[in-house]
This record gives sequence, C-alpha cells and structure tokens, in this order.
Amino acid sequence: MQRTYEVMFIVRPDMADEDVDKLVSTLETNATAAGAKLKNTERMGKRRLAYLVRGFGDGNYVLMTLESDGKAIHEVERRLRVSEPVIKFITVRVDETQKRVDKLAKLRASKVKRSATEAAPVAPAAAEPAPETPATA
Amino acid sequence: MADEVKQQPAATSGNETAGTSAPATTSAPASTSSPATGGYTPRPYGQRREGGPRPGGPRPGGGPGREGGGPGGRKFFRRKKVCKFCVEKIDAINYKDVRLLSQFVAEKGKIVPRRLTGVCTPHQRRVSAAIKQARNIALLPFAARG
Repeated sequence: MQRTYEVMFIVRPDMADEDVDKLVSTLETNATAAGAKLKNTERMGKRRLAYLVRGFGDGNYVLMTLESDGKAIHEVERRLRVSEPVIKFITVRVDETQKRVDKLAKLRASKVKRSATEAAPVAPAAAEPAPETPATA
Repeated sequence: MADEVKQQPAATSGNETAGTSAPATTSAPASTSSPATGGYTPRPYGQRREGGPRPGGPRPGGGPGREGGGPGGRKFFRRKKVCKFCVEKIDAINYKDVRLLSQFVAEKGKIVPRRLTGVCTPHQRRVSAAIKQARNIALLPFAARG
C-alpha cells in the first residue's frame, strides 16, 4: 500500500551549498533505490533553530515528500540517522490527513454548487444530499 | 429531604435559604419549591435561568461566557470565545507553519490551554500534536526563557 510521507531533515549549517545538494541527491537516489517514489524536494533554506542541536544554532532545512511503503521509509530513515551532516530528522505520514482535507474540500465545493440558501456550515454528515434528510428526520 | 424543604415555605422566599438547609446534595426537592427558575437551582450562583443546553460538562467559555458579568461568585470569562479554526475553516494544521502555531504557544514555550484560546477539542488536539512535531524538528522550542 502506498502511503505518503513527509521527511524533514536538518543539515548542518557549515556545509557548502553544493555539498548540501550532493547530499540531498544522494538521499534521493537511495530512496528511489529502496522503492520510494519521490514526489517533491524542497529546500527551505537556512533557519535559526529553536534550541541548540549538536552545538549548532542554525540549520539547513530540507523537506522531502515521498510515496512509498513502510520498508522504504525505514531505509531512508536509517540513512539519515547514519549520515553525519544530518543533525535532525522527522518523518510524518500525511496521506490520512490529506484524505480528510480533500474530503472536506469536496464537501464544501458540493455544498456551494447545490444552492446558496443552504449555506450553513454544519458537520459533513448533515451535508449529505437532500434525499437522505427525510430518512433521517 | 423533600419534606424539610416543603415545611418552610413561609420562611423561605426563594432559593438562597433553601441552599443553607439542604446543602448541595439534591436538586430535585429544590425544583418543586422554586418554579421561577424553571427546574434547577445552582446554589452558589443564586438565581440563574437555564439558557438552552446545560453547560454541565466542559464549563469554560461557552456557558458562563454567555451569562457575562452576572453574579460575581465565580470567575467568568467575559466574551464568548469561538474556535479560530472552525470559523476560518482551516482544515490542515501543519507542523510547518510556525506562525500559526506560535499563536497557541505561551511565551515560555508552553502550549496554551483551550479554555484561554477558545479552540474546540478536536482542533486543540491537532494543534497540540503539530506543536509537538514542530518542537521535535526545532521549529519551536521545548522551553523558552519567558
């Protein structure tokens, strides 16, 4: 089953930009080799850290969005843990939240299309099409 | 219990003295002797009309806020707070948007309770989870010097 993950990691700030690029592309190749589909890589740039991490006050943030199963993510995380320039990382699963957000957006769009008078922001259950309301009432 | 309340109808005019004789254990006898309040007599607060659903469980914000500057027995929050996410229809609370999350974080870095921010429970849970994720990736501090 393909799940969507967001991997955000911090690279130490005293690395040159080309080195960071090289590191990121190496990780991307590793991820693809492990069976993950790389959807997006975003360099969020140098940011001030909220607390000291391994003695550093700043860090280069990188965000990778992957679509894969659990095993490939395990492998990606292992590489991140082992790689020396990466000082912190977090993996977040986003497919469930994305599904919910999409569902809500779809419901809102359908409500707007139906009629302008019924624009009451109620729970999604109540926004089911009209034929169902006599049955529930 | 019901008898002793009914035996003093002349002496008691309302609910305050009933409160002293039958301390806080039962509400049913009070209902028979005080038709004005329409059923339930909350003793410490004096007379109070039930407005809609009883704010029984989570009292902060909704119920007492609606009463406003009424009887000053307990601490009441002046205005009725609404959940920012429900109003603005923000669906996804991400750990990445630090600006949004820092509105729910106190100066020392602590997560602000929902009775102060007015956030509804499901959204407060999501905000809390997002703040914890942001803390782990050093976007927010665990503890800041306030």
